[in-house]
Amino acid sequence: MKTLRALCRRLVGTFRMQQAEREFAAELESHLEMHIEDNLCSGMAPGEARRQALIHLGGMEQTRQSYREQRSLPWVENLWHDIRFGLRMLRKSPVFTTVAVLTLALGIGANTAIFSIVNGVLLHPLPFPHAEQLIILHESKPNFEFGGISFPNFKDWRRDNHSFSSMSVSHGYYFSLTGKGEAELVDGQYMTSGFFETLGIKPLLGRTFTEQEEISGAAPIALISEGLWKRTFDASPNVLSKAISLNGRSYSIIGVIPSSFHLTIWGMGNRDVYVPMGQWNAPGLLARDAGMGLRAIARLKPGVSIEQGKADMARVSQNLAKTFPDVDTGIGASLVPMKEQIVGDVRPFLLVIMAAVGLVLMIACVNIASLLLARSTTRTQEFGIRAALGASRTRMIRQLLTESLLLSIASGALGLVIAVWGTHSCLRLLPQTLPRAEDIGLDLRVLFFTLGITLLTGTLFGLLPAFRTSRTDPHSALKAGGRGSSTARHRTQNIFVISEMAIALVLLIGAGLMIRSLQQLWKVDPGFNPHNILIFGYTLPPSMIGGNPTAIRSAFRNFDDQIAAIPGVTGVSQSWSALPIDNENDIQFWPDGQPKPASTNDMKGTLSYSVGPDYLKIMGISLKRGRFFTSRDDEKSPLVGVIDEVFAQKYFAGQDPIGKHIMLADGDKRVEIVGVVGHVKQWGLDADDINPLRVQLYTSWMQTPDDFVRLAPSGIQAVLRYQGDLTQIFNAIRRTVAQNSHEQIFYDVHTMQSSLSSSLAQRRFVMILLGSFAVLSLLLASIGIYGVIAYLIEQRFQEIGIRLALGAQRTHILGLILWQGMRLALIGIAVGIAAGLVLTRTMTQMLYGISATDPGTFVGVAALLMLVVAAACYIPARRASHVDPMQIIHSQ
Amino acid sequence: MGENKADIWKGTLALMVLKTLEAMGPLHGYGIARRIEQTSGGLLSLNYGTLYPALLKLEQEGAITSEWGASEKNRKARFYSITRAGHKLLQQEAREWEQATIILARFLAPAQEAQ
Repeated sequence: MKTLRALCRRLVGTFRMQQAEREFAAELESHLEMHIEDNLCSGMAPGEARRQALIHLGGMEQTRQSYREQRSLPWVENLWHDIRFGLRMLRKSPVFTTVAVLTLALGIGANTAIFSIVNGVLLHPLPFPHAEQLIILHESKPNFEFGGISFPNFKDWRRDNHSFSSMSVSHGYYFSLTGKGEAELVDGQYMTSGFFETLGIKPLLGRTFTEQEEISGAAPIALISEGLWKRTFDASPNVLSKAISLNGRSYSIIGVIPSSFHLTIWGMGNRDVYVPMGQWNAPGLLARDAGMGLRAIARLKPGVSIEQGKADMARVSQNLAKTFPDVDTGIGASLVPMKEQIVGDVRPFLLVIMAAVGLVLMIACVNIASLLLARSTTRTQEFGIRAALGASRTRMIRQLLTESLLLSIASGALGLVIAVWGTHSCLRLLPQTLPRAEDIGLDLRVLFFTLGITLLTGTLFGLLPAFRTSRTDPHSALKAGGRGSSTARHRTQNIFVISEMAIALVLLIGAGLMIRSLQQLWKVDPGFNPHNILIFGYTLPPSMIGGNPTAIRSAFRNFDDQIAAIPGVTGVSQSWSALPIDNENDIQFWPDGQPKPASTNDMKGTLSYSVGPDYLKIMGISLKRGRFFTSRDDEKSPLVGVIDEVFAQKYFAGQDPIGKHIMLADGDKRVEIVGVVGHVKQWGLDADDINPLRVQLYTSWMQTPDDFVRLAPSGIQAVLRYQGDLTQIFNAIRRTVAQNSHEQIFYDVHTMQSSLSSSLAQRRFVMILLGSFAVLSLLLASIGIYGVIAYLIEQRFQEIGIRLALGAQRTHILGLILWQGMRLALIGIAVGIAAGLVLTRTMTQMLYGISATDPGTFVGVAALLMLVVAAACYIPARRASHVDPMQIIHSQ
Repeated sequence: MGENKADIWKGTLALMVLKTLEAMGPLHGYGIARRIEQTSGGLLSLNYGTLYPALLKLEQEGAITSEWGASEKNRKARFYSITRAGHKLLQQEAREWEQATIILARFLAPAQEAQ
């Protein structure tokens, strides 16, 4: 207690030095005066009185010293002193300090931000309990491993397996929500029971549904999202007794799903309603050979491995093949761990980003090391003087450590700001298609990791002057006059600069290749004209769903006429279920004149588009032979189809397809081919060439079978070509929809151009990221070379002065120094190109239309790097060539 | 420093200062030094270097406090006075010191007899 109190007082005393110092001087003064007075009183002469008092009292300075030591804590005082001295040193060389702090802060901040995202997407476990047990199931077919599951097969899988504790299929669907203010289209999901149980999600309110409630004919019930609950029901707790109207049908609400629930596959991040599978009256749901796009999620029983699960499912599907040989022969189950399914195809992309992060981190470290190394030269002299004056080595190391620490704290703080800000802005930049962006936050472990690495480098190299001083004696350090030209140091510094150049070049090459790929992609002809095309979805009033097909067809014709009448609209067409880039649909067929294959697996597949007569003109697809549809190709006329040139080449090679027939599996309908059109890049500019399914068949929307027409009022796409101002046309369409019926919905409006552009979003994201890393590394590397050249020049100021005095040309000096920098850059570029040739191969998957060793890109970025280096060297070189020789020679 | 005047033993100065302040009331540094020298019958001599760090230490420990005031001759001086904690410390230290003296005296007594 006593000691603690004294410690506190001493700590306080450390910081109130000057006042205490003054008071003590006054106290001693009065002591001395009193003593002299007493001596005078005892009869001494004035001079003698003073002399005796001073002798009696002892040394004033020693007293001050021991008093000061007692008053404060000497080590705190030293630390405080070191800090103030360190700050003064950092202030004295603002260029060094700024460069060092910026380098470290960028290295720490940018890396942490990117690493956090990579970590969040690629390495983090799924946000579900025991996520390692979660499996995604597909139905494997002889020609396709990851197909949709037929509903009857799923029900048998669920009943017969022994490996899964639960299993559920689901399918996304749009619902028009009416009766709650303005009609609204909401995203929904049809699902079997056990969906949320499998994932381990508990409803916020109410309950999920049972297997009895899942079947067709059960009372209509629904779960809603927390978002919809708040939006439409004001978060009222008695929502459970309410009903909502979906597609014109009333569903009782039985539960609310928390908004924290996200599943990035199947776009399940933003579902608003969840409805039992049995409410879906899609005809294909009862057919054992129809995939219907269903996928299952399942949870393995504890202790069951995925291999055991696969073996179990193989047994189940073999039994099914025996029971239903006509449809289930060759059908199996594909099991994929959920994590792999979700992050699977972004892995190469993220690995490239991680490599870029690593390279930038390396540059930052090298930069700091080389800066401190350069600085250590000048400081060797300073520390030589200190050693000569009797400073101990530990004392000098402590001084240097304090300085490193100050740098670290400043850069760490700035780095943290950059990291937080960077993570947020990167997340905004992240393409929607990149999974799991919702659960990413700043990763503290990563922050500390980068902080640790950079600080360690800074500290190690920061200590150099102290070690150097202790190695050489102070005498020689002083004699060298801070011009220490140790070749070893030069060599190390050169290696630093060269490696920085090489790393920066590798990053530049990576970014350059991505930019070139995107350029190539934009040049690719998609097979249609994406400009001035507007796409939107719309519904008819829910009461028409499942109604009279003739009435529905005439409602659609009406709507078409209304849209076509809008000024600026030059063509409009319905499109059922498929549009280039946006979405696709495939159907099965077999050649006319052959017997129907026993199973759909033995049939041929084709992409299918169900469109109106204007479609070809709207899309700008070229007509190769025959004709496209007319308004006479309707429900009363014979079925006609138009194929693309790939279809013609594959199935009618060497013959004229016009007038030939094919048989469509759906309803065994015979379709006459009346035309051939150009191929459209359905799968995107980059992926179309490598997709196995490329043949395309167009059918006339008005000839769609009645049972599909009955479903169409729940949502169909329209595609139109326009001229002039898009906003006016958009408003006119909205007015038209509103006039028709307040229950009609108009949704998902976008241009073809934006679909095309977002299909390239992931590539563009990689390009932007690699580009920013490349710019960052270019910046760091040029700062590095600038720093090194500037220091080298400072070392050689005397030499330059003498040369100038002896008549050297200033341009010659300039050239000399520039060459010194450029030589290093050239070696760096040579190393970088060699490394680039090896490393960019890993990017092959992400490139398009150019090779990973594209000479143009390599030469281009090398030239860019040379240019930046030249600029970075020019600034100090110019300063050096403009010095006044007399001044320099005098000052040395 | 005269040869005949002993240096002060470590640890005893604090005790002397406290005892002096208890006996005399508030006193400045010079007064304390003088009083201690007088009490010792001129055997002890105090210089600044010994006295002031000791005063500072006692003040930091809370045994004494100080304030600026005017001396008898109207000179500005810092006056020290003993605190409650100081009284307690004094009692404790004095007891310990008495005990130490008794013990030492017992050790020293027979040796004298043997001479």
